[in-house]
Amino acid sequence: MAYSEKVIDHYENPRNVGKLDQDSQSVGTGMVGAPACGDVMRLQIQVNDEGVIEDARFKTYGCGSAIASSSLATEWMKGKTLDEAATIKNTDIAEELALPPVKIHCSVLAEDAIKAAIDDYRAKQKHDDAAPAA
Amino acid sequence: MLQYVIHDLGFDYVVVDLTKNYFELFELPVSCQVDQQRLSSQYRALQRAVHPDRFAGDDDRQQRLSIQYASHVNEAFNTLKQPLSRAIYLLKLSGRDVDMERNTIMEPVFLMEQMELRESVADIKSRKNPEQEVERLAGQVDADIHRYLQKFEGFWVSGTDQDLDQAETVVRKMQFMVKLAAELEQLESELLDD
Repeated sequence: MAYSEKVIDHYENPRNVGKLDQDSQSVGTGMVGAPACGDVMRLQIQVNDEGVIEDARFKTYGCGSAIASSSLATEWMKGKTLDEAATIKNTDIAEELALPPVKIHCSVLAEDAIKAAIDDYRAKQKHDDAAPAA
Repeated sequence: MLQYVIHDLGFDYVVVDLTKNYFELFELPVSCQVDQQRLSSQYRALQRAVHPDRFAGDDDRQQRLSIQYASHVNEAFNTLKQPLSRAIYLLKLSGRDVDMERNTIMEPVFLMEQMELRESVADIKSRKNPEQEVERLAGQVDADIHRYLQKFEGFWVSGTDQDLDQAETVVRKMQFMVKLAAELEQLESELLDD
């Protein structure tokens, strides 16, 4: 199976690989896994007070398509508000990377990771509000 | 002994009942544990009986059938031989289709451990004793797979809806470990080549 040029580009030069401080209140972490191929993906966002994603990082153990999908996801999320980022669909990712049908699940994984990271961030804020003032 | 060849009017005819499940096909009890020796010997006997070469001189229909039978028998053998595919098949017999494609949400703790394991595997080559490290990790992964198999068996044997849900989760986790085991094996042979 041939990878598209865009997949190869993201695979060879992945954007935003790395780790943010998981314990920070302004960081949301999304972890997802794909049992079909045993891929694991961690996607993190750093959100400012205005609710804008200032930074995004990922680490993916998986095939080229999974790495490219998460790399592209971090690129797209930066500068977006949480609500805007939440609208990113796996079909957009799959289309942009020209993923073949057998690799669509890699883009699903990336979409789920985006959602999980946003959910994690929002859960932290809620928890923060509920916590009694120290 | 397996009776699959019918001798009639000087010709051999093979009959394999494709509606039988894989366990029945090899005359094995439907179970999580499989007697590998018995599986292998039944497989060899059946494979001999249906081998397309036996029917080289026969009519097209019998030849086509024997090819179909042979691939069915191979598929059955490979499914029962490996614990993971056997577990997935057992769930299928219980009416559960383990959809690996669409299930991405898993326990955070499990995913965290997976992430850490992958990180250690990725670091191995830069370690002082990579061979030892591969062996250590492979041992750990094997032990985990074994543990999952035991858990699976427990859930499968009780067999309530709830238990089967749990069994599905265990199978999904096992899939990650089996993948990791394969990667470690690959890494081990790369290290041997260096």
